[in-house]
Amino acid sequence: MMEEYRGVWVFIEENDGAIEGVSLELLGAGRKLAEKLEVPLSGILLGHEVTKLAKEVISYGADKVYVIDNPVLKDYRTESYMKGVIKLAETYKPEIFLYGATPNGKDLASAVATDLSTGLTADTTMLDVDIDKRLLEASRPAFGGNIMATILCKKHRPQMATVRPKVMKALEPDSNRQGSIIEETLNLKEEDMRTKVLKIVKELTKKTNLAEAHVIVCGGKGLGDIHGFQLIHEFADTIGASVGGTRDVVEAGWLPHEFQVGQTGETVTPKIYFAIGISGAIQHVVGMKNSELIIAINKDPGAPIFEVATYGIVGDALEILPKLIQQFKEMKTEKGGEISYA
Amino acid sequence: MHIVVCVKQVPDTKIIKINPKTNTLDRRSAPAILNPYDAHAVQAAVKIREETGGMISVLSMGPPQAVAIIKKSIEIGADRGYLISDRAFAGADTLATSYALSKALQKIANEEPIDLVICGKHAIDGDTGQVGPGIARRLDIPPITNVIEVSEVNKAEKTVLIKRKQISGYELIQTQLPCLLTVEKEINSILYSPLPNMLRAARYEPVIWAVSDLGEVDKTQLGLKGSPTIVGKMFTPPKLEGGKKLEGSSDEQVSQLMDILMERKDLLKLKETSTAN
Ligand SMILES: Cc1cc2nc3c(=O)[nH]c(=O)nc-3n(C[C@H](O)[C@H](O)[C@H](O)COP(=O)(O)OP(=O)(O)OC[C@H]3O[C@@H](n4cnc5c(N)ncnc54)[C@H](O)[C@@H]3O)c2cc1C
Ligand SMILES: Nc1ncnc2c1ncn2[C@@H]1O[C@H](COP(=O)(O)O)[C@@H](O)[C@H]1O
Repeated sequence: MMEEYRGVWVFIEENDGAIEGVSLELLGAGRKLAEKLEVPLSGILLGHEVTKLAKEVISYGADKVYVIDNPVLKDYRTESYMKGVIKLAETYKPEIFLYGATPNGKDLASAVATDLSTGLTADTTMLDVDIDKRLLEASRPAFGGNIMATILCKKHRPQMATVRPKVMKALEPDSNRQGSIIEETLNLKEEDMRTKVLKIVKELTKKTNLAEAHVIVCGGKGLGDIHGFQLIHEFADTIGASVGGTRDVVEAGWLPHEFQVGQTGETVTPKIYFAIGISGAIQHVVGMKNSELIIAINKDPGAPIFEVATYGIVGDALEILPKLIQQFKEMKTEKGGEISYA
Repeated sequence: MHIVVCVKQVPDTKIIKINPKTNTLDRRSAPAILNPYDAHAVQAAVKIREETGGMISVLSMGPPQAVAIIKKSIEIGADRGYLISDRAFAGADTLATSYALSKALQKIANEEPIDLVICGKHAIDGDTGQVGPGIARRLDIPPITNVIEVSEVNKAEKTVLIKRKQISGYELIQTQLPCLLTVEKEINSILYSPLPNMLRAARYEPVIWAVSDLGEVDKTQLGLKGSPTIVGKMFTPPKLEGGKKLEGSSDEQVSQLMDILMERKDLLKLKETSTAN
């Protein structure tokens, strides 16, 4: 029975005609699993007028793309999407099925797991596979991130997991990659739908800026008080960076909650991340550790933030920040230039 | 309107301690609380009841001590509480939890039909957010997750308008009643409980059901037996290496850092705008 299930699947989330970043990251992670298990990697693409995206799915690592293109699937709804996904899963029987841990990905995966009576691991941050037993090892933070737990689903297929955005790495797209596109149909009628999406409102707030920012200056309780925290704003302004804060900073009211970086805030992956007056608690670190260059300033040489920092400065932020601001300002006037980020 | 809110007792993960030797949770270190998102769910139900009238029941699955969080829900404003408690439920993952809760919901609905089920976005211990949609599937009602606003609850038409949080922004959804919502913290702020509620809560005794009270139940779908997922191992997150610490006075450290940053032309460039032309 379980042997019938073969192959690794990734649910491809589409919004406004574009594929969500997390789906591309999952194709990268799924590729590795599929190669270890010596099975194809497939993308599952549902929506309206989405067939054109199938090539892109292949270029990011898929061998096959299953597509259901239907006007009723224009906007995400649990009831229509789960029907499509369940139909595909029951027909083609994957052994592993991954979804992005986005609002829609989590919603869909939870519903599908219930109907397929199978296990679902939430918010995974590490993926591996036991090749002999063909078991997915999905690890995730547990008990508020204090510890990691590896979740297994031994007796049910498919083995499903939602995976946090920005922890896996997408492959470089290769437009020469070959793959097959399999189009399926689904009998859906708008009249049968119990939910209607009346309106979609995009709010391009600071929050999305943080997720996309190239440079982030993030401050912690070490700035002392809300006045000390002004130095963070000033430094960020000087170098054209976005501001972030730890949960403690947000709880103290120094910064609105959409600026929080970490497990219960935003996961960020900027080119440069300044961690200033931040202890480096695990719940904070999971949200920023994949940044390319991490610079930490903390007066306690034993602070765990130094374990993730590429460069660490042991010292008083209140003394160092003004100097750093000064240096950048001088450099800008000297060279008369603007700082830009590659 | 009959609204049922699913509430869970959780250890307060803010102050939880892990035994570093066994990698297990030191339960004594953390007080048990009403899952914060579920408190918002009860509060949301109270607001709807203010507009439509009706009744709020809360339902929990857990050990006998979970009576405490049912009392807490009564303080916030629930009318009735049900606890399902049985050894057979122990060790349930989200699939088995949603099965057990849906059986209890069916029994509650037999007494008084349910118009709306509300859950928290997730429980802060399990942290999955999977139980709500799971219950909705089992009751075959639409699930709407990540809800930040409920309005226009129309009893006659049996519809409700919902704002659902999305990756960027939100969507406005109309759905039929009955349905199931999972709520975000933004949906409301928890108010101070009125004194009469506190007094009522202190004396309140919820209905407690064992498996045998739930009617026809497939025991193989309950608890550990009914759970497809198992915890393979627990480990402390891998330690990262850390890089170089800069030495010297603060002036020296700052100038070293400037040198480092200026060398990373791949990350940061100085555009020389003034020399243009
Ligand atoms: C379930 C759960 C979820 C959580 N989610 C998040 C999350 O999403 N994001 C998050 O950030 N946290 C989160 N936390 C909280 C996290 O555990 C830490 O409490 C928090 O990150 C600490 O913030 P901090 O570093 O600003 O403060 P502190 O831990 O107080 O650290 C301040 C640091 O500043 C240093 N310092 C003091 N004065 C100076 C000075 N003058 N110059 C330089 N350094 C100085 C100190 O040495 C210290 O290391 C979560 C916790 C739990 C339990
Ligand atoms: N044992 C339980 N008893 C009652 N409600 C629960 C239980 N477990 C989960 N829930 C509900 O489901 C929501 C999501 O929980 P979870 O999927 O565990 O993150 C919670 O906020 C509760 O509303």
